Amino acid sequence: MTEEELKQIKPTVTVDARGTYCPGPLMELIKEVRQQPVGSVIELISGDAGSAKDVPEWLNKVKQEFLGVIPGEGFWKIYAKKVKDM
Amino acid sequence: MSKRVVIVGGGVGGTIIANLLAKKMRPELKKGELVIDVVSDKPEHFYQPGLLYMLFGLKHHDELVRNEKDLLDPMVELHLHPAVKIDKDKNEVHLKNGVVMKYDILVLATGSRPAPEMIPGLKEGGNWFYEVDACLKLRHELVNFKGGKIVLTVGLPHKCPVAPFEVSYMLDDWFKQRGIRDKVDYTYTYPIGRLHGLEPLANFGAKTFPKHGINTETLFNMKEVDPNKKTVTSLEGVTLKYDILIAVPPHKGAQVIEDSGLGQNGFVPTDKFTLKMEGSTNIYVVGDTTNLPISKAGSTAHFESDVIVENIASELRDGLTPFRYDGKVFCFIETGMTKATYIMFDYNTPPNPVTPSALIHWFKLTYNKVYWLTPMGIL
Repeated sequence: MTEEELKQIKPTVTVDARGTYCPGPLMELIKEVRQQPVGSVIELISGDAGSAKDVPEWLNKVKQEFLGVIPGEGFWKIYAKKVKDM
Repeated sequence: MSKRVVIVGGGVGGTIIANLLAKKMRPELKKGELVIDVVSDKPEHFYQPGLLYMLFGLKHHDELVRNEKDLLDPMVELHLHPAVKIDKDKNEVHLKNGVVMKYDILVLATGSRPAPEMIPGLKEGGNWFYEVDACLKLRHELVNFKGGKIVLTVGLPHKCPVAPFEVSYMLDDWFKQRGIRDKVDYTYTYPIGRLHGLEPLANFGAKTFPKHGINTETLFNMKEVDPNKKTVTSLEGVTLKYDILIAVPPHKGAQVIEDSGLGQNGFVPTDKFTLKMEGSTNIYVVGDTTNLPISKAGSTAHFESDVIVENIASELRDGLTPFRYDGKVFCFIETGMTKATYIMFDYNTPPNPVTPSALIHWFKLTYNKVYWLTPMGIL
């Protein structure tokens, strides 16, 4: 999705993981993807540069949808969609 | 007309808040201008970090339990009836015995519990040490273990994020002491692509696990356990065979939170600085009960409690709530049976584990004995 399209998204749930070191952004995303119903869109705000790489890798591995990432100043907004039960 | 603060939950957070508030608001309590109630579903207060030691026979159940009544300030009223409904619009807590408690300020301190039922087959095929009975069962399995494959798995979310690390190092030492370490094939798995959520700890593990003969499998999120075949399969498509499966099950919050519509899976949406429930002006949330993406640990509840007490007192006296939680967390980390390290961090300062030492290990053992001063609001 383009950045403009991503900005239009109304997420089902937002996890602001900035400034939180434990359990960390990807762990929070995994938790939400598991808990939310199919069709949910999860917005993860992470201050960890690694998240923009880790999150899509994990989503790809478990066959869930990575919608895209919007870079901010010192943080990244990452969007994922739960497309199947897990 | 007196004000009433109701605290739902008699764990570490709820008990600290009740006791600190009772000390701070002594004059108002004595004059009958304030009432502090604690609602708990059990008469006992259990020191959960002690389970790690109970697993190795180093702590007995009786050492880890006190009567909640004995820990509470005499001016705090304890209600030993489970809360079954919280009506935030009417400012009411409904107890199982039919009593309805009206509150001016509510503190949700309902905690979290392991929920192995969330993973198919885990209850039947797995072991865990996060609850007394399960811990004793695992202890028996370990003592009778003659060798084979042990797999450790970690569900999300879970409390005490460093426990998977600690138990792995301690088991390595313990099997060495028993003279069977060479017969134990131990695999530590973790949900993300490194060994721990805390990056410095992940690096520490990457450096030290090979020396301890601990095998690793990252990006491993439990999907299901087959108790007959003794296998655990991940969402990522990896299947591991085990003789003993040690799991940190995914956790859930309290049923009353879910039943009252206050938060999915029992975790309440909470402001990370004020610790007030999102959208509420008179409900505070402490410890594991928050949905904050921070460590579910006793120390988190402890440091949050300090802020909540200051704000409640300030609000009752001046109508102001100026205090803010800075995200502070402190955790001891056992790195074997004789050494430990620790980490301390907040929203702005990343953790940095210090070199493990016997001194820190002894410090942790000492804290295990004096823990009771913490819920009493002394330490």
